[in-house]
Amino acid sequence: MPSLPVGRVLPVVQAPDPVLATPGMAVDPTAPEVITLAADLLATQAVSPGCVGLAAQQVGIAWRMFSVDVTGHPKTRTCHGEFVLCNAVIESATRKERGREGCMSVPDFTGDVARARRLVVRGQLPGTGEWVTIETDAFEAVALQHEIDHTDGMIFLDRVAGPHAVHPRRTYL
Amino acid sequence: MSHRARLSPVTPPPPVLAVTVLGDDRPGIVAELTEALAGVGGNLEDSTMTLLRGHFAMVVLVRSDASQSAVEAAMQPLQHSGGLSVDVRSLPDPAQHSGAGQSFTLRVHGADRPGIVASITRVLARHGGNIVDLGTRLGSALYVLLAEVVLPEGADVSAVQADLADAARRLGVDVSLHPVDDDLL
Repeated sequence: MPSLPVGRVLPVVQAPDPVLATPGMAVDPTAPEVITLAADLLATQAVSPGCVGLAAQQVGIAWRMFSVDVTGHPKTRTCHGEFVLCNAVIESATRKERGREGCMSVPDFTGDVARARRLVVRGQLPGTGEWVTIETDAFEAVALQHEIDHTDGMIFLDRVAGPHAVHPRRTYL
Repeated sequence: MSHRARLSPVTPPPPVLAVTVLGDDRPGIVAELTEALAGVGGNLEDSTMTLLRGHFAMVVLVRSDASQSAVEAAMQPLQHSGGLSVDVRSLPDPAQHSGAGQSFTLRVHGADRPGIVASITRVLARHGGNIVDLGTRLGSALYVLLAEVVLPEGADVSAVQADLADAARRLGVDVSLHPVDDDLL
C-alpha cells in the first residue's frame, strides 16, 4: 500500500440511509479527494471495535472504494493486512459457505449469507492507481465480498438466505 | 400577563397486540390480514408465517391506536368469509434479556416416533439452553427438527453435546449441535 496522509474519523451511516443502496461511481485513485477518503476509511475503521472493513457508502459517499483489515481475526487464514482498493471487481469466487454476518451500518440484525471462501479480486491502489490482484480465502474473502457489495449499493440483507435468515443482533461490540 | 409554556402529557405507546391466524391455505391471506390491520392504523412489528402441512399459520405483532376490540372487529371478514381462525390478544412488554450467551444450531433427524422433541429439548432446558427459533417437519417416515439455541455463558458445551447424544441414542435419531458465530464485517 502506498503511504497515505493521516485520516479523519468519519461518522458511519446506518440503513435505511439511501446512500447504502446507491451503486458507487468509479473513482480516479490518484485524485487528492480519493486519497483523502482512503485515509479517512482506514482511520474510521481503526477506531471501530471489531470492524474489519469499511466502504465509502458507509461514510455517506457513493464511490467505488473500501478499506479492509482482517489482521488478528481468528477466522483469518491468508491476510494482506491493512489496505484500500478502488474500482474493485471480483474475478473469481468459489467454495461458497454459509456464515452469519453483521455490519456497522445495520446495527439491529445479523444475517445468514453464503459467500465464497476462495476469491480473486482486482482493484487499484489509492495514490499510485496501480492495478493489483488479490488472491485470498476464508475470512478475508468474506470481508472483501461484503465490502464490494457495499460499493455496488448492496447490504447483507440483499443476500440473506431466506425468511429465517435474519436474526436480532444480540452482541454489540 | 405572563404565559407559561405548557408541557404536553406524555402518552405511552399503544400496547402490542399479537394476532394469530390459522386456517386452510390459499393465496391472498397475508394481503387481506395486513390490509385489515393497516385499515385500523396498525403498524406491524415482528411476524412469522409458515405452512404446517398445508395449514396457514401466522403470528404478527402490531401496534395500533385503535382499541383491541376495534382490531378484533377488523378481523371479522377474515373469520367469516375467509374461513380462518383469528385470535387477538394484548401482550405485556417483554422483560429485557441480557442477550448474553452463545448461539448454536441444533439438527435432529430420524425415524418418526412420539417424544423426540420433548426428550431433546428437555436436555437443552436442563443446561439452561433457550430455544429462540424452531421448526420441525414430518415426511412419510422421517422426522426433522432444526432449532437455534442460546446456551448461557459458561455452559459446558461438551456436556450438552454428550447428553444430547445419549438422548438421541435412546430415541434412535441423529443429533448435532454446532456453534453459530456472528462476524462483524
